[in-house]
Amino acid sequence: MTNLSNLLDTDPVVATAGTDMLADSIEQQGAAVSRADWQPPRAAAPALASLVADGRMPEANATAIERMLAVRPQLVDVQVARDVFAGMTDRTFLHAGPPLTWERASGPMRGAIIGAMLYEGLANDPDDAAAKAAAGEVELSPCHHHGAVGPMAGVTSPSMPVAVVADGAGDGISYSTLNEGLGKVLRYGAFAPEVIERLQWMDQVLGPVLGAVLRHRGPIDLQSLIAQALQMGDDGHNRNRAVTSLFLREIGAALVDGADAPTDQRLDVFTFIDGNDHFMLNLVMAAGKLGSDAAAGVPASSLVTVMARNGTDFGVRLSGTGDQWFTAPAPPVDGLYLGAFTEADASPDIGDSTITETVGLGGFAMAAAPAIVGFVGGTAAGAVRRTQAMYEITLAEHHAYQIPMLEFRGTPTGIDAARVVRTGVLPQINTGVAGKVPGTGMVGAGLVEAPIECFVDGINALAATVE
Amino acid sequence: MISRVEIQPGRYHDSVRLMQASKALQGVTGVADALVAMATELNLSLLADMGFDTDAASGAGPNDLLLAVRAETEDAITEARVALDSALTHRPASSGGLDVPPPKTAGSAGDVNGANIVLLSVPGEHAFVEAMEALETGRHVMIFSDNVPVAQEIVLKTYGAEHGLLVMGPDCGTAIVNGLGLGFANAMQPGPVGMVGASGTGIQQMCCLLDDAGAGVRHALGTGSHDLSEEVGAISTLQALAALDQDPATEVIVVISKPPAAPVAAKVRAAAAECSKPVVVTFMGENTLEEGAGEVLAHLGMDQPAYGSWPADQDDHRPGLLRGLFSGGTLRDEARFVASPQLGEIGKKEDDPGHTFVDYGDDEYTQGRAHPMIDQTVRIDRLIEAAADESVGVILMDVVLGYGANADPAPELAPEIMRATDAGVAVVVSLCGTRGDPQGRDAQARVLNEAGASVWLSNAAATREAVRLVTTRIST
Repeated sequence: MTNLSNLLDTDPVVATAGTDMLADSIEQQGAAVSRADWQPPRAAAPALASLVADGRMPEANATAIERMLAVRPQLVDVQVARDVFAGMTDRTFLHAGPPLTWERASGPMRGAIIGAMLYEGLANDPDDAAAKAAAGEVELSPCHHHGAVGPMAGVTSPSMPVAVVADGAGDGISYSTLNEGLGKVLRYGAFAPEVIERLQWMDQVLGPVLGAVLRHRGPIDLQSLIAQALQMGDDGHNRNRAVTSLFLREIGAALVDGADAPTDQRLDVFTFIDGNDHFMLNLVMAAGKLGSDAAAGVPASSLVTVMARNGTDFGVRLSGTGDQWFTAPAPPVDGLYLGAFTEADASPDIGDSTITETVGLGGFAMAAAPAIVGFVGGTAAGAVRRTQAMYEITLAEHHAYQIPMLEFRGTPTGIDAARVVRTGVLPQINTGVAGKVPGTGMVGAGLVEAPIECFVDGINALAATVE
Repeated sequence: MISRVEIQPGRYHDSVRLMQASKALQGVTGVADALVAMATELNLSLLADMGFDTDAASGAGPNDLLLAVRAETEDAITEARVALDSALTHRPASSGGLDVPPPKTAGSAGDVNGANIVLLSVPGEHAFVEAMEALETGRHVMIFSDNVPVAQEIVLKTYGAEHGLLVMGPDCGTAIVNGLGLGFANAMQPGPVGMVGASGTGIQQMCCLLDDAGAGVRHALGTGSHDLSEEVGAISTLQALAALDQDPATEVIVVISKPPAAPVAAKVRAAAAECSKPVVVTFMGENTLEEGAGEVLAHLGMDQPAYGSWPADQDDHRPGLLRGLFSGGTLRDEARFVASPQLGEIGKKEDDPGHTFVDYGDDEYTQGRAHPMIDQTVRIDRLIEAAADESVGVILMDVVLGYGANADPAPELAPEIMRATDAGVAVVVSLCGTRGDPQGRDAQARVLNEAGASVWLSNAAATREAVRLVTTRIST
């Protein structure tokens, strides 16, 4: 029998959860006490208890988060979608979030599908595209089912250039489209001629030039760039200005003399990236996808490997429940709006960009991004509070992503669905807002909380796997 | 409708602040449309889409601030400009430091202060998850909560035993660890006695007696009311016993419980016999706490004193039955054990015939209110009823002092005790408290005594007095 030496030999230090009376009487004796602001879980209490009784969850979570943190995402190439996605036909369109049908698709999702059909030459005009999509002429499949992620609508069609991110510490690979910029762009559901023209320029010039640059100079260490950017005021989701600047420095020399392309094309590529503060968002997302995929498939683990929205549903996947999606209606965004747009113009939450929050960036790194504190009540303290609250529901502090304002503490990384359900503390997400009418484009940006139902359903399903 | 487009060159603001400014402008009465943005290509095209004249903005670039307002009057435009300046210069007051949100779980709370003990009083159905987290992070746990399934208790205690961690509870009301009282605990001088108790008020009564005799207690480890059940098998009791045996500050160990199942009792006695230190085993129903305290004192070379009492002459009380109004379950059980040889079977429920000793700390009486050690309403009510009931001749009640208990119980009881004694009912109080208790033991005793009650520190002695009173005035 082990003795209880550290109980009887040391001055007791007590933490409490429950009635204040017990904590009060400890203080009455002159001892300090740390009190939990405890609330009963809103649901799934029996599932939590059976997971705890099963006993495998802590070790499973340790394994899963270790895998998430071990990846070293390297941007290695830019290729064409149809060449990298196995089984992709001319009519396969990847999209953001959990699985979706045209019938249930939101305005921006429909707009992006229409735009991609026009871009691929599958329809003559928007009405024709909508009719064909409604008739099932395109096959929709979530990006997440293909090792890929896409911001907002996330529509990825066969001719689009995709960034290839490989794991420098393993053999995982992830993909994302290239970022088009803000405003009237496909991912926000716009499909005007200028949108299609830009997409064509991206597959004819941007993709090939960037691919050549990367093959010439070698892989770019994305984790290193993101880590630096957090110390320069980025959150990796709603602010990517610093990381985009760093990226341009990385490719600068190779863009000047490493790409076999006419000068005007190389200049256009530079100007395009320079003019788009969110160019790196997609690559930060692909880096995140590499980590989250590495963490998937650990039995009994409650680690969240995917949070993603398709404009209709918000979906979550857990490491221990395999390919299952747990969905709830996509919530509205608490946003700030461009120009004359208001929340009445906004589509519900959409996009795979919540992969950033899934790996300790975005809303979870808000304390690193004082420039965008306008989203959180306008004070730097509000941003810090937001990040601080996320430590309660995460499994680790990121070794590379650090927050200067918190004395370089690592960002809260790896959401534990069990802790979300237990505490009711919801993942805080920074996001853009798409116009709800197809073709509108971006209308604002703001904050959203992941719906608790996804986590409750996930924990109930995880408990079923251990019973 | 008036439209106005302005360019403010070189005035840079980030897009988030500009969206906030746009929002502020749209809130101005009379403003129909507004755009505040840096004059990027995108925003200039947005300007055109909104139907503004773009000529005024020609030549503007991404480092210039673009302001476009459409309003009903010139005044509204002026007001919009003021609102814009305010939105772009307004700095919300900082909340000061980098405040941390409060921890949400006991484990997180423990991370804040490096706790080695987690004390849980969350509803029983949620205690398991919190307790397991505490154990997994290397902390001992005291579970005040009741209604935790025994299967969960076994998981917790087995894990604890494997990792050298003590699980006190569930349903553990009292503990003292290195002099710090947890839950309902009396203030004790640290000393050579170490306790292991499956019963909260049992520990408290033992503390009360030892304190009155001048013996100190450093540790009183509660184990919870189910620990000595056959299913749990005394896991925590055996752990605590072994730890106290190894604790250099402990000289004598006392184990306190209601009588456990025979195999468990045998296991505990065997473990006690293995100890290098004297172990006094007090299973109520076999002996009293008073007898147990006497044995402990004997091991310390101390005499058992006449425990403190504040007598009252109530020998001419009216004849009638004995009503026991208890807040401590163990005190009630000990009183039954002491009284039944002379009084026969004593009812445990209010409507049992004959003499009754009721535990008002039982779930039945605590629905929606605090424990009677804190909230005396129900017992005061029953005191009034008993005084009015001509069939009642003697009232026996406990008053428990210490941390966690009612801050000043005697003055709440005194008026009704006085009314009862005036009506001819004898009132005997078992006062469970120590000299250091925050309520002031002797002051409480005097208030009760002045109200007409006789007051005893020993629950057994109080019971004997009540039995003496009730048996010397048999109605004819």
